[in-house]
Amino acid sequence: MQEKDNTRRKVLIGLTSAVGLSGIPFAATPFIAAWNPSAKAKAAGASVKLDVSKMQYGQQIQVAWRKQPVFIIRHTKESLQSLELTLPKLADPDSNQIDEPYKGINPTRSKSAEYTVIAGVCTHLGCSPKYHPEVEPKPWDASWAGGFFCPCHGSMFDMVGRVYKGVPAPTNLPVPPHFFKGSILTIGEDGGMT
Amino acid sequence: MSEMVGKLFGWVNRRLPIANTFERHLSKHPVPSKVNFWYLFGALASVVLIIQIVSGIWLIMPYSNTEEEAFSSIEYIMRDVDYGWVIRYMHTTGASMFFAVVYLHMFRGLLYGSYQKPKELVWIFGCAIYLAMMAEGFLGYVLPYGQMSYWGAQVIISLFGAIPYIGESLELWVRGDYYISGITVSRFFALHVVALPLVLIALVFLHLVALHEVGAGNPEGVDIEEYLDDDGVPLDSVPFFPYKVLNALVGIGVFMTVFAIIMFFFPEGGGYFIEMANFEEANPLVTPEHIAPVWYYSPYYAMLRAVPDKLGGLIVMGSAVAILFVVPWLDRSKVASIRYKGIYSKVALAFFGISFLTLGYLGTVGVTEVRKTMSVICTAIYFAFFLLMPFYTKYEKTKEVPKRL
Repeated sequence: MQEKDNTRRKVLIGLTSAVGLSGIPFAATPFIAAWNPSAKAKAAGASVKLDVSKMQYGQQIQVAWRKQPVFIIRHTKESLQSLELTLPKLADPDSNQIDEPYKGINPTRSKSAEYTVIAGVCTHLGCSPKYHPEVEPKPWDASWAGGFFCPCHGSMFDMVGRVYKGVPAPTNLPVPPHFFKGSILTIGEDGGMT
Repeated sequence: MSEMVGKLFGWVNRRLPIANTFERHLSKHPVPSKVNFWYLFGALASVVLIIQIVSGIWLIMPYSNTEEEAFSSIEYIMRDVDYGWVIRYMHTTGASMFFAVVYLHMFRGLLYGSYQKPKELVWIFGCAIYLAMMAEGFLGYVLPYGQMSYWGAQVIISLFGAIPYIGESLELWVRGDYYISGITVSRFFALHVVALPLVLIALVFLHLVALHEVGAGNPEGVDIEEYLDDDGVPLDSVPFFPYKVLNALVGIGVFMTVFAIIMFFFPEGGGYFIEMANFEEANPLVTPEHIAPVWYYSPYYAMLRAVPDKLGGLIVMGSAVAILFVVPWLDRSKVASIRYKGIYSKVALAFFGISFLTLGYLGTVGVTEVRKTMSVICTAIYFAFFLLMPFYTKYEKTKEVPKRL
């Protein structure tokens, strides 16, 4: 037996394997892409409209957008003033850590000076925080100045959904895209005007 | 007649190694002559696996995997399908019992060093089975589309969101919708009834093949391969059949009795086996006041809550399961069984057991300051047990292991 030079064989094996392996992403594409939201799911996730003029001052209502709760709060003068009180307790009062769509327009974080529109889904693990507007001592905070408390893991947010320091939730409740046209609020679209 | 059967058997056996495989893995397979009840739970786990597969197949038939009908199809199974309630409770009780016997089986491993050389792969396949079971249990829990199905899934899927950069799109991809909808339920259904059972069965097969290659252990940690008879069979072994099979049948009988009592009289297990909130249909707009996982995940859930950081919580929870895989390399002891290990190992194992049970309790109740502190301490003990293992097992005084069983 004479000794064989295996270089040629190794190169061929390498090339064949490389070509074979490069097919994997192509073969995997349909299987991965089939898990994306379907056209039907996307259409069902389009915007919702509602008239917010009937809301009372201090009232919070909940609408479903993409079947997720969105909180709308019509603020009173007092509740807007109370935002100052909780300021030192907040982790990110200016919403620098998230992609805040309407930053610096209103203290309500929305496009309106009177209403706050926030996703009602805790940024910790997705529970729905409860609205506690009362300014009174609470089991979770002795100097509670009103806001949202998550019953699942005890995260706290102020009246406009900004997260407290030292709670499990990492960020403020996000503001969904929305716009007001008269008293009609549309959630899920930006309206093209900022 | 018997001649014909013999001929047929010979014909098949010439083409398929039935007799050989049967002898090697069942009838003549040598197992240690002295073991205790801790060595029963592996057999029980395979019994539950069969129960789950059979009851599961029967549940697929009347179940409907759509958002509109998933919840009502469960009620349909419970009320309108003849004996449907038995089959469903068999499956839910089976899920809890599966975890119960697997936890005891795993604890046996820690107790008697069932992961030590050369059984590392047996242990690793076992850990993989446990991981697959956790996924399987979670997916199955979502299928009834009750309140706890929905919100439990919401919490678990949100965990993906903690992964930097890709988290949010990953969440959307897993759900296939903007919320946990029928689309999510039907894909979880496919994974629960086809994909993961295939994985589980394959892993169980590998677990057993690897076990039969290296041989089963015993509570003394004696290597029975050291002393063989003239045929190469370990002197301290007995054939699997009839000795172990008949022995196990008694244990299986007791187990089935317990199983039947739970299934017929306490199927909800006081809210621990089937949570009360799950008798209400999923409502994406209302979170139940108190979200708790079923008991078999609760230790990890307590760890998740012990960490005040989303990504940190995920990492701690993941590491708690991941660390099990490397136990064979953390234990540096010369001996396998706790009976011959030193005082450090005994104390460590006791602390570990207590902290795991405490975490299990903490994961099922609401959060208070005291409980949170306790969760942190128990999580620390859980990890200390593993991370300090290379030291306390190496530097402790062990007893001499006997030569024979």
